[in-house]
Amino acid sequence: MADTPTASRGEFLFTAEQQELRAAVRRFCAQHFDEATVRTLMESEPRFDRDVWRRLGTELGVLGMAVPESDGGAGGSLVDQAVAVEEFGAALACGPLFGTVYLAIPALVACPVGPVRDALLTALTAGERTAAFDSRPLAETGGRISGTAARVVDADAADVLLVAADGAGGSGVYAVDLNGPGVHRHPLVTMDLTRPQADVVLDAAPAELLAGPQEADRVVGHALQVGAALLAVEQVGAAQHLMDLSVDYATSRLQFGRQIGSFQAVKHKLADMLVDLEHARSAAYHAVWALADGSDDPELAAGIAQAVCSAAFSRIAADTIQVHGGIGFTWEHQAQLYFKRAATDAALLGSAEQHRSRVAELVLDHAVAHPGAVSVATGRPQ
Amino acid sequence: MSGAVTADADRVAEIARRVVAEHDPKQVPVTEFLGACYDAGLSWVNFPVGLGGLGLSRGLQAVADAVLQGAGGPVPLGLNPMGYGMAAPTIREHAQSEDTKKSLLRPLATTEDIWCQLFSEPGAGSDLAGLATSAVRDGGEWVVNGQKVWTSLAHKARWGLLLARTNPDAPKHKGLTYFVLDMHDPGVECRPLRQMTGQAEFNEVYITDARIPDTHRLGGVDDGWRVAMTTLMNERSALGASGSRRGQGAIADAVQLWAARPDLHTPVLRDRLAQLWLRAEAQRLTSERSRASATAGDPGPEGSIGKMVGAELNQKIYEFCMDLLGPEGILYHSYAMYGQNAGTGDWRGPVQQRYLRSRANTIEGGTSEVMRNILGERVLGLPGDLRADAGMPWKDVPRG
Repeated sequence: MADTPTASRGEFLFTAEQQELRAAVRRFCAQHFDEATVRTLMESEPRFDRDVWRRLGTELGVLGMAVPESDGGAGGSLVDQAVAVEEFGAALACGPLFGTVYLAIPALVACPVGPVRDALLTALTAGERTAAFDSRPLAETGGRISGTAARVVDADAADVLLVAADGAGGSGVYAVDLNGPGVHRHPLVTMDLTRPQADVVLDAAPAELLAGPQEADRVVGHALQVGAALLAVEQVGAAQHLMDLSVDYATSRLQFGRQIGSFQAVKHKLADMLVDLEHARSAAYHAVWALADGSDDPELAAGIAQAVCSAAFSRIAADTIQVHGGIGFTWEHQAQLYFKRAATDAALLGSAEQHRSRVAELVLDHAVAHPGAVSVATGRPQ
Repeated sequence: MSGAVTADADRVAEIARRVVAEHDPKQVPVTEFLGACYDAGLSWVNFPVGLGGLGLSRGLQAVADAVLQGAGGPVPLGLNPMGYGMAAPTIREHAQSEDTKKSLLRPLATTEDIWCQLFSEPGAGSDLAGLATSAVRDGGEWVVNGQKVWTSLAHKARWGLLLARTNPDAPKHKGLTYFVLDMHDPGVECRPLRQMTGQAEFNEVYITDARIPDTHRLGGVDDGWRVAMTTLMNERSALGASGSRRGQGAIADAVQLWAARPDLHTPVLRDRLAQLWLRAEAQRLTSERSRASATAGDPGPEGSIGKMVGAELNQKIYEFCMDLLGPEGILYHSYAMYGQNAGTGDWRGPVQQRYLRSRANTIEGGTSEVMRNILGERVLGLPGDLRADAGMPWKDVPRG
């Protein structure tokens, strides 16, 4: 199907173009997000290289893959975006992916067309500007926003904050220039240095309306669902990297004169990691396909993905340290970077428990018993 | 999907529609319908033409099955599980002549001949290659003696897949030979084996001087282990490949019970059920992904995990059901002994019986410990464990 480059082959099947995309992003990450570079960037200000970010937007075109071509995007599908994000996750690629790619760009795609939205979408997709996103509503008066947006990922260096706000005219989604007046940023020390946060205090900061009361809930909901699916894919990419690392180590590390992977206690732990990884991959990509082609309830699919992938990545990261033994606990070894990313990802956009609870509301709380279901023996002779 | 694969899929669907049109499964006897499927090459589309196949990729079986079963056709694997899942691929690959293949495969496909598997022994479970049943050559025949166990359908089977020791002086993997045993031989005796549920789904099979013609040997003498691998890999993929719609399978029992008994709800049980539901759903999606990649001719590691996950999930689901029911759960319907096809209604019985039955899930068809070894060694490429009997002649290996 070479004539339709981004066409889906059906759920879980990647096109040849998507496989090429994966290889291209992997090559780029190997050059620009090798471990030494990631360690340098995570202790730099800002926490990413703006030139490399711009190249991701222009040269690779992987920041807005699901953005329509008319809005300056690649005109692809969310599956394309997910393929790129999985590779970013594997490398712990540094940059405002969470704020800009997972949340702000999907929010803007869902916003009504207009000059502010269009210009911002084009700039974000090209990597010229970056954005952070916060869905907890602040207060709006006369086009100015006040309040504190706490612990906003990527707000330390972002150019724009997309934020929900309630005002006299109802709720809305606004863009605030973070370099403009009335904005005070307070960068925070994060456990995961590759994923920075800041408190943003807005004091009558000028804001531009992106979506009004008719649209705001839908825009925020769409952004959070796409964000959940892309975050899940990031978790899968990182978890696969750890799986590979752990298998390599269990094969090369010798104790008692044997490869430690020959011990069943270690082997079986790795087998359980593999099961969690494959489950996570299935759940994450199912959510991506559900959002891309409407084949499933996106809220349920995104909830399943976050519940499954947060738990899987956290467990795989913990077991990676265990399989590596002492070296896995050192600052020098990369396991700690991924362990901290796992803890962070599991807390962003809702914990596994919160998503599980929502899934339970959707599938258990309204379940109806059907006649002919499994019987319960009563102990009375039949 | 490549153009060639798409064209093959269209062809398979077309053939299946023709079979259904000429032999309506809702009208004709099952044996006739399945015979027509065999003759059209739809029993195993990856088999050669003339042996129930079309010489196409295995993934396209799903295309045929969708049409055949969509029109009301039976699930052949359910009617002759060992026949379809294990015997057929082994016969196809290892029988000595085309005549033998043809004479065995068609009645297998129609389910006129039911098959069973004679592998496990009281002294050889996970360490299957250590089995002791002997086969000694006597002219053009083999004379077999020994005892097999956990043989489902032995009492109904026409043929049994037999693994027997033909060279006790060789290391255990190198002295086995694979045969087709006539279950009607006077030297074959089946006894039902009662299990903890009270039923007898399985049998013990006692073999005393049973005779097998050499033409019913599959593969070379002392090469039976390699042949058995064909069977076992197919058993595992057959057990792991069954998919379903969201919420179907064992998890449906738990959700139904939950919905029927709001008086027993607690937040802790709700969260436990949600965890089970998510695990079941993640595995269902993984089976779907496995099916998609198999259809595209690119099977990945995800296909190997279904058996293990499903087995452990079944146990946890029925443990949940029991904990939900509390004192009501510890009653039973009856310990009167009956087979799996006795009586009416669902043979799996009430939830308490399913709870007891689920203990076997992590043992039958490969224990979960063996499955984790397989995932570790075959999928992840980890090194094998040390073996105390490596290279030792079978007759010198300690047993007990």
